Amino acid sequence: MLSVLALTSVVLLGIASQCTAISVYTNWEKHVQVGSDVRLSCSFFSWHWTSAEVTFSWSYRPDGAKESVSIFHYTNGAPYIATKGPFRDRLEFVGNPNRRDGSIMIRNVDYNDNGTFTCDAKNPPDIMGHPSNVRLLVFEKVPVQAGVITGAIIGVVLGLLILVVAIYYLMRFLVARRVFSLSMRHGKKGKGKEGSQQRQKPKVPLVFISF
Amino acid sequence: MLLLLVGIVILHIAALVLLFVSTIVSAWVVNPASSSDLWINCNTLNGVTKCDTANTGVWIQAVQALMILSIIFSILSLFLFFCQLFTLKKGGRFFLTGAFQILASLFVMCGAIIYTVMNSNWVHPSLFYGYSYILAWVAFPLAFISGLIYVILRKRE
Repeated sequence: MLSVLALTSVVLLGIASQCTAISVYTNWEKHVQVGSDVRLSCSFFSWHWTSAEVTFSWSYRPDGAKESVSIFHYTNGAPYIATKGPFRDRLEFVGNPNRRDGSIMIRNVDYNDNGTFTCDAKNPPDIMGHPSNVRLLVFEKVPVQAGVITGAIIGVVLGLLILVVAIYYLMRFLVARRVFSLSMRHGKKGKGKEGSQQRQKPKVPLVFISF
Repeated sequence: MLLLLVGIVILHIAALVLLFVSTIVSAWVVNPASSSDLWINCNTLNGVTKCDTANTGVWIQAVQALMILSIIFSILSLFLFFCQLFTLKKGGRFFLTGAFQILASLFVMCGAIIYTVMNSNWVHPSLFYGYSYILAWVAFPLAFISGLIYVILRKRE
């Protein structure tokens, strides 16, 4: 038994030491209204503790362009915004590297900002991983996401149904308990004359139209 | 008596099948070049089919929700019918089953009405209504009649 446990733990450690790839997470898409601010969040999962040399790197590829430009880099505990990039005065670092959060905020988005943002995070010695992309879509008026209202309507109706059923059973339980306690009191009062209480059977109507 | 039971169950299942087909098949509005339904808008030009998900608009999502709810309620009503068949005392009425089935028919009616009134928002107005739309309208009276029959029905032996 102990040997099996030891073997399992050795195998797991062996697997874990191979899985030192870092996983970077961002949104899939971001829908924003023109003129508003958008927060592009980026976080990562790593098997190692967050080191002081953690780096975050954001790059941007406009819709239709082939090349991507680097717009932001965080390293050695300090954020650096590209001074000649398209977001030089609109970008702000709002992340918390100690909490594995490398999010940036872009203010006052415009239709020219449509494109793909790529976040690459590295946590030495964990440097092997894939960057993650988030697509920014700028609208004049943000359309309702597919399925939100559908799910809401279905959820509300089914919830109401469950609520009604629960209330019905609760009322039945309370009424039955009240009837029981009343009959107990009745039984105690008439203990001299009636030994046991009379049980009332529900009366089925004798006459009914059969279909 | 058994024949009546089988007939009622067949009617219920027929309404349910119509609801399923109407919700799933993409043929609410058709013309020779395109078809659209609750979930997707497809256009075929020169043999190439291009589809967009129908995610614009609040009303199409309401229609989606109402159709799905009607299917759920119809299935629940079928399940309740078999439950009540064995647990109801003699002379009892299938109120609950009938109520669920009538609710399902009302949901289909609301969905079809909303689709009829608001469909100019997401389809070209010159298209014809496809068979899924017609099936939805046929499913409404079938389900309603089925629900009424359950309400009138009384349990024997």
